[in-house]
Amino acid sequence: MTAKIAYDDVEVGTELPAQTFPVTRAALVQYAGASGDFNPIHWNEKFAKGVGLPDVIAHGMFTMAEVIRVVTDWTGDPGAVAEYGVRFTKPVVVPNDDQGATVEVSAKVAAKLDDNTVRVDLVAMSAGQKVLGMSRAVVRLA
Amino acid sequence: MALDQSFVGRTYPPTDPYEVGREKIREFAEAVGDANPAYTDPEAAKALGHPDVIAPPTFVFSITFKAAGQVVQDPQLGLDYTRVVHGDQKFVYVRPVRAGDRLTVTSTIEAVKSMAGNDILDIRGEVHDEAGEHVVTAWTKLVARAAEEN
Repeated sequence: MTAKIAYDDVEVGTELPAQTFPVTRAALVQYAGASGDFNPIHWNEKFAKGVGLPDVIAHGMFTMAEVIRVVTDWTGDPGAVAEYGVRFTKPVVVPNDDQGATVEVSAKVAAKLDDNTVRVDLVAMSAGQKVLGMSRAVVRLA
Repeated sequence: MALDQSFVGRTYPPTDPYEVGREKIREFAEAVGDANPAYTDPEAAKALGHPDVIAPPTFVFSITFKAAGQVVQDPQLGLDYTRVVHGDQKFVYVRPVRAGDRLTVTSTIEAVKSMAGNDILDIRGEVHDEAGEHVVTAWTKLVARAAEEN
């Protein structure tokens, strides 16, 4: 594992570069195929509304995959991620238009741990609401 | 209907091996829009110290969730899957999943709770490679929402 960020170069409070990720209907269909999760709430508006959702929503695991990129793009080596956990608190609602939704992710170093690892706390927002809670990763730095 | 507490601690038999392929990793990385070359280029992965391309951190969920199907669909447990939403997800990695891995999953029910009519189920999936080495553990919290009153 060879992360490009050195443990000695970060402090509690160090911010990782923030990123905004798109979520389109087409991306959800592609993710359904790649992941094998064909739950119709992620592609069928009629079904989603029928079970009380405002519209089609993103797979929680799709959002989880996008959010960790703020960490893996920072370290360079995705294999440096030692732990990653989230709570799905609000759905990412994806309208059927040209834009879809976006997920804005910010992150900072929350603690320096043993063995050159740090805990990174992540915040993910969509349509002005936090969509994940307790979103944390432990990552091994150089 | 509240789930049976006696299921806490129950472990299901290991799954048949899932063979991780380079092209499946590529397909997944493309689907999540992640262009990190460690997922698609063996040389780039080797430069980072990995023997072959590695999978994005959440890739293994497809395997552990399929394994959790044994639990979710266990008729004796009686979970109403049509009302299930994903509550929490956590992974702790010993090493990244990589192409060529043959992975088995052993699922254990860690907790069964009932809160405000919702059934809550915590499942732990231990993932091992062909040599029996531990690769990653996945914790999945599923919430079956209370049925609406008629």
